[in-house]
Amino acid sequence: MTIHTLSVLVENKPGVLARIASLFARRGFNIDSLAVGPTEHPEISRMTIAVNVEDKPLEQVTKQLNKLINVIKIVELEPATSVQRELVLVKVKADTENRSHVLETVQLFRAKVIDVSTDAVTIEATGSADKLEALLRMLEPFGVKELVQSGMVAIGRGSRSITDRSLRPVERTA
Amino acid sequence: MSDPHPSQAPVAQLTGAQSLIRSLEAAGVEIIFGIPGGAILPAYDPLFDSSIRHILVRHEQGAGHAAQGYAMATGKVGVCMATSGPGATNLVTAIADAYMDSVPIVAITGQVPSGAIGSDAFQEADIRGITMPITKHNYLVTDPAEIPRAVAEAFHIASTGRPGPVLVDVAKDALQAMTSFTWPESMDLPGYRPVTRPHAKQVREAAKLIIEAKRPVLYVGGGVIKAKASAELKVLAELTGIPVVTTLMARGAFPDSHDLHLGMPGMHGCVSAVGALQKSDLLICLGARFDDRVTGHLPSFAPGAKVIHADIDPAEIGKNRHADVPIVGDAREVIADLIVALQAEHEAGRKGDYADWWAQVSDLRARYPLGYDTFEDGSLSPQYVIERIGAISGPDALYCAGVGQHQMWAAQFVKYEKPDTWFNSGGLGTMGYCVPAAMGAKAGRPEAVVWGIDGDGCFQMTNQELATCAINGIPIKIAVINNGNLGMVRQWQTLFYNSRYSNTDLQSKRIPDFVKLADAYGCVGLRCEKAEDVDATIRKALEINDVPVVIDFVVHADAMVWPMVAAGTSNDDIKYARDLAPTWDRSEEEES
Repeated sequence: MTIHTLSVLVENKPGVLARIASLFARRGFNIDSLAVGPTEHPEISRMTIAVNVEDKPLEQVTKQLNKLINVIKIVELEPATSVQRELVLVKVKADTENRSHVLETVQLFRAKVIDVSTDAVTIEATGSADKLEALLRMLEPFGVKELVQSGMVAIGRGSRSITDRSLRPVERTA
Repeated sequence: MSDPHPSQAPVAQLTGAQSLIRSLEAAGVEIIFGIPGGAILPAYDPLFDSSIRHILVRHEQGAGHAAQGYAMATGKVGVCMATSGPGATNLVTAIADAYMDSVPIVAITGQVPSGAIGSDAFQEADIRGITMPITKHNYLVTDPAEIPRAVAEAFHIASTGRPGPVLVDVAKDALQAMTSFTWPESMDLPGYRPVTRPHAKQVREAAKLIIEAKRPVLYVGGGVIKAKASAELKVLAELTGIPVVTTLMARGAFPDSHDLHLGMPGMHGCVSAVGALQKSDLLICLGARFDDRVTGHLPSFAPGAKVIHADIDPAEIGKNRHADVPIVGDAREVIADLIVALQAEHEAGRKGDYADWWAQVSDLRARYPLGYDTFEDGSLSPQYVIERIGAISGPDALYCAGVGQHQMWAAQFVKYEKPDTWFNSGGLGTMGYCVPAAMGAKAGRPEAVVWGIDGDGCFQMTNQELATCAINGIPIKIAVINNGNLGMVRQWQTLFYNSRYSNTDLQSKRIPDFVKLADAYGCVGLRCEKAEDVDATIRKALEINDVPVVIDFVVHADAMVWPMVAAGTSNDDIKYARDLAPTWDRSEEEES
């Protein structure tokens, strides 16, 4: 199976998130990650959904999504032609003994320390899933006390916007 | 109804409840089936003065199925209304049924006041959440100003594209608050743009395949009836000479008496229809969805066939079976365009030659006609009863069925000649559909004879609506095919569970007494136990037009529905009768 990234433009109306999440559940698809937020148009929200499926069921799930009245447009963002980012906040054990090692790791990954206490630091990092995974692997030996991660957001490269007609919509209707 | 002061600024001039009823009037509603209760009560006050006829049912499920029957019979949107909580949840079965069978209905429910939502208030249920997976769309309205727009959109969404149910849940305080009424002139639905015009290139591609095919079949589904495309289908079939099969949802889309008709495919389809699909090299699927009851074991379904799949819902195309030529569009427009494209091919001297194919399928049709056993003890064959109801009442009557053996026999042995004359619960398989759906159909088409062909199990699920029919002057005719059992389940127990009849014996030949029950409900009750009385009983029922009639047809319990493709098996393994597999062609017969 492959991870596909879907950008879904929806009407900013109550219940939309529930409609989309329950559609995935009842059609038997697992959402790997989901992020939702406002767009440049206040009446439109944008969801970035990472879903782990083969091409064939992906076509079915996008067609089913398109049937939801509040869904305006679905575009699949290919990894090669888009930028994908996640955010992680992680609290790591760091006392006087190992704090400098922790900070070194933070530097290496161009992450930021956003909170310090006597025995822990809280680190903020953004990046691709791979980069964040590598960071967490490096921090693991110090002792991860708490971890919170956002869903992935993604945007196409270049000057075109998702509302341009030129972008290929996922749904290939005849 | 138009707003008398459209250009004036909105003034608080009516209640949300009045706005709701005005909106329903503006949407063209003639009949609502419903039951009042606490949260919807404000709406029932202006409804009392409205031009809309409200039919007070006995159970909300009845209101939902009645709305379905009304919609199926008239082609209009059916409307049901209920209060919050249990009123709304009682509608759920009918809403799910309408979703599966693409029936345009709008359900209006009352909700607890917006301030109480989420507090587990008395009679609170999250009906919008509950019906999200079984509606085409739904609304929770808490602002009275939103009522007209929600109603307008609900009717538009329910009736366009692939039809389906839409629920509008209105909080009680929104019904009670003062608001203004403006019927929206346009709708802002940026995510809803159903495609009805087929793509010309796809249609040309389809025409090409049809000309090249040697063994094509027109696989016709309920979409052809919904699109009112029967006349076009007849032209297409006659132009090309391609055999037609009509699914359970499409009975009546093509005349049963027509030479090109091979009958119904599927689990209980004709051998000729099932065989034609299996041996076909081209399926022209029009408004059907490759349902498991038609395909049987999917990987072995029509293995040698290419597929042209036309449907108004893009998500149906390629869902179960790959489409070589997908066509998104309204069935009537697709067929009309196909006719033009094929005429052009014919004029250019290219025409399909299906003579060998016809030899093969007409042989199947001749050797394996539908039939049934009669019983030596003189007890009634259910199939005979149903066959006679159809023969005596004719193709202008409307036929409604429950779910089970009697449903399959009603699909097989009533001869349908016209669309919109056969209503049943095909997708969801809802026992209890028959009586209320027949009521809805009769309310919508009072001039027509409406038969409900029901089973004794189904009948006991919703027969309380006989009271509604008797009181409101809706004289339907219910033929209870009473074998005393949950017949279809019993048939499966006979075939697959060593005749161990666990909990299928309803004893309904004894309790209740359906004739007395009919009488108690203000209907005429008749009983028929012998073949020689069948015609006279049916004729007597047809003569009674002032009150509903219930006939208790006491039939043999061992009658089975044949042919049958056992669940999960291949259509190739269809049985014509118990332990009797058809031979697909004569040469095969001679070899064996």
